[in-house]
Amino acid sequence: MTAKTAILRVRRGTADDPAPHYDSFAVPFEEGDTVLDALIWVRAHRDPSLAIRYSCINANVCKECTIAIDGRVAYACTTRLRDGAAMVLDPLPGKTRLRDLVSDTRPPRERLD
Amino acid sequence: MTDLATDVLIIGAGGAGMYAALSAARAGAERVLLVDKSLIGRGGATIMAQMTVAAALAEETPDDWTLHLADTRAAGRGLCDDALAALLCREAPERIREMAAWRVGWARRDDGRIAQVTAPGHSRPRCCYVDFLNTGPAVAATLRRQVARIAAIRRVSNLGVTDLAVEDGAVVGAVGIDLAAGMPVTIAAGATIIATGGLTRLYRRNSASANMGGDGYALALGAGAELIDMEFVQFFPIGHLAPRLVGMDPIMWDPFRYKLGGRLLDGAGNEFLDAYGSDEATGYTTPRDLATYAIVKEVAAGRGSPHGGVYLSFAHVPRAALEAAFGPVIERLARHGIDLTQAPIEVSPIAHYHMGGVAVDGRMASRVPGLYAAGEAVGGANGANRLSGNAIPEALVFGERAGHFAAAYAAGRKMARWRPDTGGDAADQIRSLSEGRNGETSAAALLNELRDVMQRDVGPFRDAAGLAHALDWLQSMRAALPLVAVTPGDVCNPSLADWFDLRAGLVAAEAVATAAAARRESRGAHQREDFPETDPCWSRTQRIAMTADGAIAVEPER
Repeated sequence: MTAKTAILRVRRGTADDPAPHYDSFAVPFEEGDTVLDALIWVRAHRDPSLAIRYSCINANVCKECTIAIDGRVAYACTTRLRDGAAMVLDPLPGKTRLRDLVSDTRPPRERLD
Repeated sequence: MTDLATDVLIIGAGGAGMYAALSAARAGAERVLLVDKSLIGRGGATIMAQMTVAAALAEETPDDWTLHLADTRAAGRGLCDDALAALLCREAPERIREMAAWRVGWARRDDGRIAQVTAPGHSRPRCCYVDFLNTGPAVAATLRRQVARIAAIRRVSNLGVTDLAVEDGAVVGAVGIDLAAGMPVTIAAGATIIATGGLTRLYRRNSASANMGGDGYALALGAGAELIDMEFVQFFPIGHLAPRLVGMDPIMWDPFRYKLGGRLLDGAGNEFLDAYGSDEATGYTTPRDLATYAIVKEVAAGRGSPHGGVYLSFAHVPRAALEAAFGPVIERLARHGIDLTQAPIEVSPIAHYHMGGVAVDGRMASRVPGLYAAGEAVGGANGANRLSGNAIPEALVFGERAGHFAAAYAAGRKMARWRPDTGGDAADQIRSLSEGRNGETSAAALLNELRDVMQRDVGPFRDAAGLAHALDWLQSMRAALPLVAVTPGDVCNPSLADWFDLRAGLVAAEAVATAAAARRESRGAHQREDFPETDPCWSRTQRIAMTADGAIAVEPER
């Protein structure tokens, strides 16, 4: 199997960060692997401080991993990685950003505050 | 810091937790607090269940809960807690019909009867489902709707419980993290229910969601409760392996295998189950533990498929029959480049369910006053091997009972006051960790390594040397926890959550390895290479407890 490398440009920082920025990660992958696979790999092997939101990982039932991928709203768990050109990852538009790729998707009645 | 108070605290909002919340409110609890590390009703195992739900409804053929119990006990290899198993089977029909009344949408025959199929290990058609592959999402959505209707139930998402608070030998609440804010939360509770599911996320190959890391077992042990049957981790024999399939549950193949007669083939395309004593000529009824054993042995003998599993083939099934059975799923598979009429897929055993859990009585009460458990977090009902279709009824039945009895317990006593020292230093630890800690390794990296250790040494096949190695590694990692790095930060800090996940995961894993090392025989889901036979002397369960200094050991035989 040919080794492939995905380049992820990931939006970092919290909502009150004066200068949010993007970090780039080069992630080895096999055909069919997904953006969520890559983000989980980054947390285990490159940067454990990267905040992402997901629950079911593989089944696409929890819908928690919704983010913006190249500007379009998509599930990280079903979006395939591609070799070469960078994929730009941002948190969901229109929601309060908590940290990195995590926005506040908790239903209002399920929050503590 | 946030301080909450409730009559009944429920930790975990999957099927068991949500049913417990409904039941506690129905039993009169005025304040019910349902919390989850994930979002309410979206994390956990229930929503992922694409399979079937066993209940002696007798819609297809005459049936009775005692027949369901007989099948459950046979699958459990002599170790089922008969009282718990009987409750599960006896009350499952009531829960399934209540779900029907709440419009879960069980698949029905043309005449309106609930459709029931014969899942492996069942003596008759007993297992209902929601089409297509939608059982778990439908159950979860139905319970979410019901929970949201009840004013007494307060829901809090993204709250991870890290410690239970014990006063005078009774659980009086918990301490946790508001994960979004990164701040400690104290919860004074009249009664507490652990509904955190199992621990299959501790394995490399698994069908688990992110938060099935065994934290409820660590909470229970830390509070003084016993765990039972911890050595029995069910490996689902035909988890999806290749080609890469995303957006679908890796255990989706089983219902099609028994609906359509999918054939398991070795790497050379030959059937092999008969060599292990399973005759599928009369139906696809090989028990899960035997199928797992046969597949692992075929792979070990060099007869596996390219990715290290075996083939599952539907090539002998006419396209029209495939399309009728798979419905819209056939389109989803096509989008993944899978055409079942043309090529087989590869499957392999994956950690799917944990039979062990908190030792409870019929009220779902642990030996610690005020502490209850529900769902997969409970041990005992399924013995050494769970019968297909018993997980959802277990969640619903045990959830209903736990909610009811916990509410009654809470109503019968004055609630303990949360004193400054209640919960020990748990809240201080959260605060101090969120300030960050230097270390060479992250908890995320160690959790990743833990999965490899568990898969290799505490997986479907075990021996003394591997288990000793695992215990060594687990204990040294527990000792090294203070040296694990934490990135500073409070708002939504994943390394803070990882640290607590690792702490709990190591405890749960050590409980499994300890029980597995002590059981010197093979039975059900616990298979020892060095003790391959089932030993009648071992027709008994083991309980695990934690000493005051944190040591994990098997309780002396009673």
